[in-house]
Amino acid sequence: MATQAPEKSVKLIPEATILFAGDSGDGMQLTGSQFTLAAAYARNDLATLPDFPAEIRAPAGTTYGVSGFQLRFGSVDVRTPGDDVDLLVAMNPAALKVNLARVHAHSAIIVNTDAFERRNLDLAGYTSNPLEDGSLEDRHVIPVKLTQLTRDALKDTGLGHKEIDRSKNMFALGLALWLYSRPMEPALEWLGNKFAKRPEVRDANTQVLKKGYHYGETTEQFIVRYDVAEAQMPPGRYRAIRGAQAMAMGLVAAGQKSGLTIFYGTYPITPASDLLHELSRLKNFGVMTFQAEDEIAAIGSALGASFGGHLGITGTSGPGLALKSETLGLAVMTELPLVVVNMQRGGPSTGLPTKTEQSDLLQSLFGRNGEAPLPVLAASTPGDCFETAFEACRVALTYMTPVVLLGDGYLGNGSEPWLIPSLDSLPDIDVTFADASHEANAEEGFLPYLRDQKTLARPWARPGTKGLEHRLGGLEKQDKTGNVSYDPENHELMTRLRAEKVERVADIIPKTVVHGDESGDVLVVGWGSTRGAIEAAVVEARKTGKRVGSINLRFLNPLPSDLGEVLSRFEHLIVPEINDGQLVMVLRSRFLLPFKSVTKMQGQPFKSSEIVSAIENASS
Amino acid sequence: MSRKDFESDQDVRWCPGCGDYAILATVQRLMPELGVDREKIVFISGIGCSSRFPYYMNTYGFHSIHGRAPALATGLKASCPDLDVWIVTGDGDALSIGGNHVIHLMRRNVNVQMLLFNNQIYGLTKGQYSPTSELGKVTKSTPYGSLDHPFNPAALALGADATFVARTMDRDPKHMKVILKRAHAHRGAAFAEIYQNCNIFNDGAFFTYTEKESKPENTVFVQHGKPLVFDGGRKGLRLSGFSVEVVDLTNGQWSASDCVVHDETSRDLASVLARVFFKPGFPQPFGVFYAEQRPTYDDEIQKQMELVMDQRGTGDMAALLNAGDTWNIN
Ligand SMILES: Cc1ncc(C[n+]2csc(CCOP(=O)(O)OP(=O)(O)O)c2C)c(N)n1
Ligand code: SF4
Repeated sequence: MATQAPEKSVKLIPEATILFAGDSGDGMQLTGSQFTLAAAYARNDLATLPDFPAEIRAPAGTTYGVSGFQLRFGSVDVRTPGDDVDLLVAMNPAALKVNLARVHAHSAIIVNTDAFERRNLDLAGYTSNPLEDGSLEDRHVIPVKLTQLTRDALKDTGLGHKEIDRSKNMFALGLALWLYSRPMEPALEWLGNKFAKRPEVRDANTQVLKKGYHYGETTEQFIVRYDVAEAQMPPGRYRAIRGAQAMAMGLVAAGQKSGLTIFYGTYPITPASDLLHELSRLKNFGVMTFQAEDEIAAIGSALGASFGGHLGITGTSGPGLALKSETLGLAVMTELPLVVVNMQRGGPSTGLPTKTEQSDLLQSLFGRNGEAPLPVLAASTPGDCFETAFEACRVALTYMTPVVLLGDGYLGNGSEPWLIPSLDSLPDIDVTFADASHEANAEEGFLPYLRDQKTLARPWARPGTKGLEHRLGGLEKQDKTGNVSYDPENHELMTRLRAEKVERVADIIPKTVVHGDESGDVLVVGWGSTRGAIEAAVVEARKTGKRVGSINLRFLNPLPSDLGEVLSRFEHLIVPEINDGQLVMVLRSRFLLPFKSVTKMQGQPFKSSEIVSAIENASS
Repeated sequence: MSRKDFESDQDVRWCPGCGDYAILATVQRLMPELGVDREKIVFISGIGCSSRFPYYMNTYGFHSIHGRAPALATGLKASCPDLDVWIVTGDGDALSIGGNHVIHLMRRNVNVQMLLFNNQIYGLTKGQYSPTSELGKVTKSTPYGSLDHPFNPAALALGADATFVARTMDRDPKHMKVILKRAHAHRGAAFAEIYQNCNIFNDGAFFTYTEKESKPENTVFVQHGKPLVFDGGRKGLRLSGFSVEVVDLTNGQWSASDCVVHDETSRDLASVLARVFFKPGFPQPFGVFYAEQRPTYDDEIQKQMELVMDQRGTGDMAALLNAGDTWNIN
């Protein structure tokens, strides 16, 4: 076929951003993930941003039913899914309308012209057809009869209309793969596995995928084709990983390293349910999962399991964390290890369930009655969810404390190439249960609140251990004995001891790594998933000659001991967050320095250009 | 092991005369008879006067938060099936704030004993009406009488498909011990309601059923395989349609053989008996209403873990990490 077509020139580009957008039923998430896999196969660095509606099956053709999958891949260091897109694939008018703002002057838009008929235009709120009314004149629109071409390709297969139309996303995928010279093999292999039991569907999709690929070659609509070279990445074995997967594996790894069974008690909530789905398949790794009747029961069951000597974990999102707060206080009081994963979403209340936000930081730090400090950690990239989850468990078990582990919807759903770690590379988690030797530690017998000198952790005595019978509870504990005590001096002492224990977690926080300049004009202080956008912005800003650095705080409580010193090396301090300024409030009160807050609350991550402007503003 | 071995070194702090003392004493007396090692026993409670119970038992214990004991117990029992887990709760704790957890504990059939100390009042918060208080009850929070219809705990448990439902009272330690022993022997969630006198805020709430003078006429002690007779054999309960009626066994018209023979395996009969609830002219039933064998949640969850382990082999972390499409960069 290629012989009939004119030779296309191939242009080597460092990176590209593609956005597949269509109706919820158009299979855009799948198309995006398959392209991701192809880019990963071609050794590109990449980052993805799936964006789907809160409705399960929103009415077809509407703007609120648009589902998108954005990905950026390159031969260069890719830290964000991209600000503007180079290629928008719009499967219908609504998808075009919703995403047009992401398209810049040099971008290309592939539209499925078959979907641009009256009804769809009405549904999307177009009064005239944008393909015909000249409104897209300055854009590079590539009209493709996607539906028709798919139907033509499959007309002899005997498949029904519906089934045929459903495979048009494969046409779009094939075409995009061709345009950026990415391999078809991963998608072909996937189809083979997915439809192993329905060969006719597998063959039809394969045929359409190839048709799309060859369409690029034969049509005269494309004069250039792109190529993106392999990225320079540290040597090793890689896989594409989603945040939720990495998080699940990090927790499992902590179970393996500590030799404990994991008990994961939870109640379904977007975007944390994925974690349950992942973990519930891993029973043979010693992971017990329990779908409770609500979030309160979920954390209660996990705490019960922790009392029993297991690694109790519960996962949720913002509203669920609110329900768990009373039990978190009980865990603080009883000083049992417990990990609470909070995959944040837009709030308050039900908020924006499928959109991302970092607005539960203050809830995590302070959202409990009484003085109830606990360590709070945040993961920064999909791959980093693994390490941070592991670290959260290590802290919980080492210090006998509940820990909040923050992720967000963007991290959970996003993916990136991941240098696969080995279990050996992770630090050991040493768990020693109290035994008969603890019984002899005082005349009165076992002292459940006699602390370790270094960590201030109390002993963990499993029910079933002879001689260590003891009672825990939410009433204030007497120092050492753990008996109920209303003594005023003791309450103050215990309040301070609990706080001091959490402060000592700082002993295991590694030295703060500054990305970019070690000292200079502007330091960007971020936490969680803004890391990619911030680091990309720092690279950009430094090109102008400014001395700019950034740090990403994995530990939000306690803060790293060297943080004050790092801050002192820069003239301006800015704190970007996907909330109304929560970390900045903590930093200001702690360091009394003029931090500048940069906020965004649109359910979307920062674009790195937004951070670049903030850096410029800070120092001008 | 004797009763003493189950007494902790903590001073018991209930009001003098509180029915909780009798329950504590009975449980401590029962423990040595159960043949369970002390270290395997765990008492988990919520919040309330009754929920102080674990502090007084020289076993493992967890005084948790209001209403949530079933949640902790479920996590503990599922992950440590060898432990003997008891829940101690009050009518407010179990049926108000913790109502949701109670019904789920029952339907899942977690193998624990739940002792519901029912005093028809909020004791610890100093005397507000509770979800089991009778309609129109005048308390501090209801000076003009309570307006909400009370729960019928036994019927509620049956409605949640509990596999063991029983009722006993603080002032009949012998009966209480028999019932608690049965509850312990039951494999599955055992729901035992114990009428408990709060002599400070609701004194005498159950005296009709617990005091010598009125008890015979106003209570019927149900026993599997035995006819439902009471008042020293002078009265009985006869099935009539979908409910029971009281019959006089002294005038020659009816005899014990006309009365319902209790069958604790019958959920239908249990439901009928549970509905004989503070019914004027009727005796209040005590004893084991219902007992059924059904797989327990803790057994099933352990079995499923083992099954998956058998089918898929012990998880290989390196394989998990390297699963899916991988590629090398040199
Ligand atoms: C979250 C929460 N809400 C309210 C309370 C206050 N409170 C403590 S005990 C109790 C009711 C106790 O009644 P019940 O369960 O019948 O136990 P009793 O004291 O009568 O034994 C209440 C409302 C609490 N401790 N926690
Ligand atoms: S208030 Fe009532 S229930 Fe509580 S200890 Fe006193 S008598 Fe017992």
